[in-house]
Amino acid sequence: MRALIIDDSRGMRSILRRMLHQLGFETEEAANGREGLERLQQIGPPELVLVDWNLPVMNGLEFIQAVRADRTYDAVPLVMVTTETELSQLSLALECGANEYMMKPFTQEILLGKLELLGLPVGGLVHV
Amino acid sequence: MLSDRATSFEFVRTLVRKRSGIVLGAEKDYLIQARLTTLSRKEGFDSITELLDQTKALLDQLDEDGHHGLGEKVVDALTTNETSFFRDQHPFECLRNHVLPDLLPRRAAERSLKIWSAACSTGQEPYSVAMVLQEHFPELRDWPVQLIASDLSTKCLERARQGRYSQMEVSRGLPAPRLAKFFSRRGLDWVVHDELRRMIDFRQINLQDQDLDLALPQLDVVFLRNVLIYFDKETSQQILGRIRRVLRPDGYLFLGGAETTLFLDDAFERVPLNQASCYRLKHHSPTTPTRSIHDALS
Repeated sequence: MRALIIDDSRGMRSILRRMLHQLGFETEEAANGREGLERLQQIGPPELVLVDWNLPVMNGLEFIQAVRADRTYDAVPLVMVTTETELSQLSLALECGANEYMMKPFTQEILLGKLELLGLPVGGLVHV
Repeated sequence: MLSDRATSFEFVRTLVRKRSGIVLGAEKDYLIQARLTTLSRKEGFDSITELLDQTKALLDQLDEDGHHGLGEKVVDALTTNETSFFRDQHPFECLRNHVLPDLLPRRAAERSLKIWSAACSTGQEPYSVAMVLQEHFPELRDWPVQLIASDLSTKCLERARQGRYSQMEVSRGLPAPRLAKFFSRRGLDWVVHDELRRMIDFRQINLQDQDLDLALPQLDVVFLRNVLIYFDKETSQQILGRIRRVLRPDGYLFLGGAETTLFLDDAFERVPLNQASCYRLKHHSPTTPTRSIHDALS
């Protein structure tokens, strides 16, 4: 299974990469929404995309809208991973096509729970 | 003075057993150590021994709210379940896809549905049930549905009644669309909408109470998940016996994923429905859904 991680923070990408590897994923990375779209074009639909909201060049919400406009990626679960925790923001992200919403800070157990909610068969070594 | 660890832990075991009926065997020493270390720090004691000395001294005194202060906190710390919204998912899928579609047509004439979450801790389980009812069974809005949620701990019940959860708590198990639909923000926390809270009747119930069945109506569905693991065999048998008396003949019982009625109470049989630990009374009517080996292999 492949996951695309989009975050401008190298530290956050590294945390997510480590957690996802433990859960049995291979990972691809991008630092903003536009790079994320480019990676998608290169690799085709992955099993999972995790995208931060606040990003330079193209933010996470714009990225989600762009992906949802292309039917090729209909089946790809999009998870907004963000420090934005207002109800209005959560609702907006869902309206624009996010399947799940993970608020920072989070634990591996929370990430695992989100993947289970998305119906992803999670394997690998799980330390919860 | 509770001078050594063995004496301290024995005092805790006796206190917990007397107050809750829960038997903490020697294999639960790690739990006593971990939970009481946290409580000691929170209450401003330097050690567990100090906390327990004070607990012993104050055991029969009430605090300003009329509660047994420290003693109750110690019992709470050791008997409170880890919980989350839609914990394990399967029981809630089973409730939605099998149990309620099976029960509702048979309850249509009396328009009655009674569900009990028997150890609801801080309320995530009954609220999850309420969300399933609200989302998928709109026909129940005109029924006098009774959703009873109980726990031994007054502290947990108070939190459950408030329906107020931290960001971490709503992040565990709760799908984001349901968070957006059923919760509002209050400060840094998330609060369950009143329409959901009003559906639930929170009560303090001790599962060890011999007259448990007198306090409850006849029930269609009972959630008793991750409860029996805390009790010894004899107590588990007594509790299942009481459940048997309050469960309607065609009702359903959910246990935790690692629990079974096997070797405890042969009046129950497992319902072969996905991965949920779901049980019914034997000889209920009509028949249990049956599956062929072919289904299992396909």
